[in-house]
Amino acid sequence: MDLTSLLNRLFPDGHEIAADGVYFDGAGRVFGTEVAVIGTIDNTPIGIELAFRMAGAVLEVVRRHPGRPILLLVDTQGQRLSHRDELLGINGYMAHLAKCIDLARRNGHRVLGLVHGQAVSGGFLATSLLADRCYALPDAEIRVMNLPAMSRVTKIPLERLTELSASSPVFAPGVENYRRMGAITALWEGDLAACLAEALAVPTDGDPRRALGEERGGRQLARKVADRVRHDAV
Amino acid sequence: MTSYYEDSARGRLAGLLDPGSLTEILPPTERVVSPHLRQLDTPAAFDDGIVVGEGRLAGRRVLVAAQEGGFMGGAVGEVHGAKLTGLLERALDTRPDGVLLLVESGGVRLHEANAGLIAVSEVMRAVLAVRASGIPVIVLDGGTFGCFGGMGIVSRLCDAVVMSEEGRLGLSGPEVIETTMGVEEFDSRDRALVWRTVGGKHRYLLGEAATLVEDDVSAFRAAALALLDHKPDVSLSALEAEHAALASRLERFGDCRDALDIWERLGVEEPERLPILDTADFLATVCDRRA
Repeated sequence: MDLTSLLNRLFPDGHEIAADGVYFDGAGRVFGTEVAVIGTIDNTPIGIELAFRMAGAVLEVVRRHPGRPILLLVDTQGQRLSHRDELLGINGYMAHLAKCIDLARRNGHRVLGLVHGQAVSGGFLATSLLADRCYALPDAEIRVMNLPAMSRVTKIPLERLTELSASSPVFAPGVENYRRMGAITALWEGDLAACLAEALAVPTDGDPRRALGEERGGRQLARKVADRVRHDAV
Repeated sequence: MTSYYEDSARGRLAGLLDPGSLTEILPPTERVVSPHLRQLDTPAAFDDGIVVGEGRLAGRRVLVAAQEGGFMGGAVGEVHGAKLTGLLERALDTRPDGVLLLVESGGVRLHEANAGLIAVSEVMRAVLAVRASGIPVIVLDGGTFGCFGGMGIVSRLCDAVVMSEEGRLGLSGPEVIETTMGVEEFDSRDRALVWRTVGGKHRYLLGEAATLVEDDVSAFRAAALALLDHKPDVSLSALEAEHAALASRLERFGDCRDALDIWERLGVEEPERLPILDTADFLATVCDRRA
């Protein structure tokens, strides 16, 4: 879905969202609630400039619009893979963005993510995956790495990886697998404004993803193991 | 002197903590292993490559986690990540003087990719919660495999990173960049290039590492102890200050194509000498030159 259609469907009451290349931000209204929007298009790789810019936009919302919910609409093929970004400490820029999102959360901003294009590894970790709740459009794609690259790194033949991808929720890219594992709260279909309004109304507390993953059968051990380490007497 | 670089996760903890003070949680005898590796006929480890527990550092109460690079490069899978998240959340209940993360990881374990990615995100949330509760989280990075991928982000979410010259810290590892973008983008076999891009000295000069120590477990111990009194600051003004520092880094060095350019711009004389200096000489040479 192109950005204009997406924004019109999310904010039928209107929005002021300005694009600058692959980046956009602004605010939209859904059933009377102002929502800050920060995002990217075109599966863009997130390098240090973009991470920095998004962090600045989050800080601006915290400063100027206390309590305003934030919707992250980040479409990314992952972190930018470049020597120059590593040289300048891209992990520090990504962490800074993550800290800004967490600051907003702690200051009472509801933070939601909606994966509308792609969401991949580092670019996903520092953005929508850190929201209070992350949602996805059904045709969005979520993954860690493409299969050929994975095959080279793990030394497992591509044919074997392809075969496993057909059945394993842990392994295969895809929004449904991430939903089963608890990282995607729900898929948004039909009336997107209603989906958004509903998500804004649900109370959030803590990180529910392990419990969701267990309940949905996608991750059987994460909650149990974390709980044991937290509570076991030593 | 015991090399931190060459030691195992358990060896590092033994040298770091007060003797006999470590109590491991879910030790290997519990055999909590990855449920996903068997699908790939890949051997599992009884601790899933991470040791978590409670201990003492010069009498101070700490929680510790140590990733074992010898098992799958310290990569984060479902169980590995859940142990780390559980340990961080334990700190919210038991209020130790600090949490020490002995990182050594290539990031997400690709053999259980989705579970690993989500696990790293859960670790991120947990680190931020612990810091917001006023407990410092200190990272030690000096292992054989360095610290990359999601763990590279996790490290910079923490209060401070202690590195040795041998430590490496980044997001995408040189091999991943070379494989995806080509050898002309990043030649992962050029050892000197790799070390001066992601190695401890450059990270220290950039300000990504708070402390640079010799490759010695007792030097890491002293540095960690010194950082325990650090009070986490996760306020808006702290993040605005970090934002300004990152803006300045982009402005000053955004057009640099090699660490040598950055070091020269920092005012280091004969920057090409930095890689060969030992830690003490290096620190003396660059003491007033950090970004």
